[in-house]
Amino acid sequence: MSFSIRKQGDVVVVDVEGQLIVGNRQELKQKVLDELEKGERKFLIDFSQTGYIDSSGLGVLVSLSKKIREQGGELRLANLNDDLKTLFELTKLDTLFQIADTRERALESF
Amino acid sequence: MEHVRLAVELDIPSDVRYIEDIVAMVTRQCAQLSYAPRQLALNVPVALTEALSNAILYGNRERPDRHVHVRAEVDRERLVVEVSDEGTGFDLETSEIDPTSPENLLREDGRGLFLMRRLMDSVERFDDRGNVIRMTLRRS
Repeated sequence: MSFSIRKQGDVVVVDVEGQLIVGNRQELKQKVLDELEKGERKFLIDFSQTGYIDSSGLGVLVSLSKKIREQGGELRLANLNDDLKTLFELTKLDTLFQIADTRERALESF
Repeated sequence: MEHVRLAVELDIPSDVRYIEDIVAMVTRQCAQLSYAPRQLALNVPVALTEALSNAILYGNRERPDRHVHVRAEVDRERLVVEVSDEGTGFDLETSEIDPTSPENLLREDGRGLFLMRRLMDSVERFDDRGNVIRMTLRRS
């Protein structure tokens, strides 16, 4: 499991490879917060290579969403597979996040 | 059809880095018995990750001298998995909040037990050589 970060235009794109769970959630949080600290304000987290997410992973996404918004930024999510969509629907977090079907659509939405 | 039952039983240290391997092991057993793709990708890994992280973080408080015991039995009808820690336990009924209510939606915690209950057919807690959570999932 790992996270890769790169810039696409003025958007910071984070790929979550593997699981987003209790054992690695802090790593994701820190990477995004570091970019926020540097002045970045547009963030896209892409889940096309993600296995499963646990409640800790969901909690980190909620936390990042709040922190990014507090700084006047925006967070988008993209490429949730059907199982991950179900997870977001079960927890009603699909109502909290802006979720796009593809990375391209997410980038266009900023 | 011949009755097949797979079982795994092991003790792990109170360290969240062990969770992914345990989850992979149990999920693989379910896959061998043709559990549904949704169960293999969502129900089993997420619910088991929650049970293990609860045991490590809250039950054992990550104390290195405490262990988590895992026992999983899988057959073509159901998965039964028990996760035991050395903590004092908690009341399942009073511990669960509704993380989907508007006042809780922005909370960063409080979704673990909720997900275990939604993703498994039953979740029970009892005391037997420590604090034990037993989760059951019928194969689909």
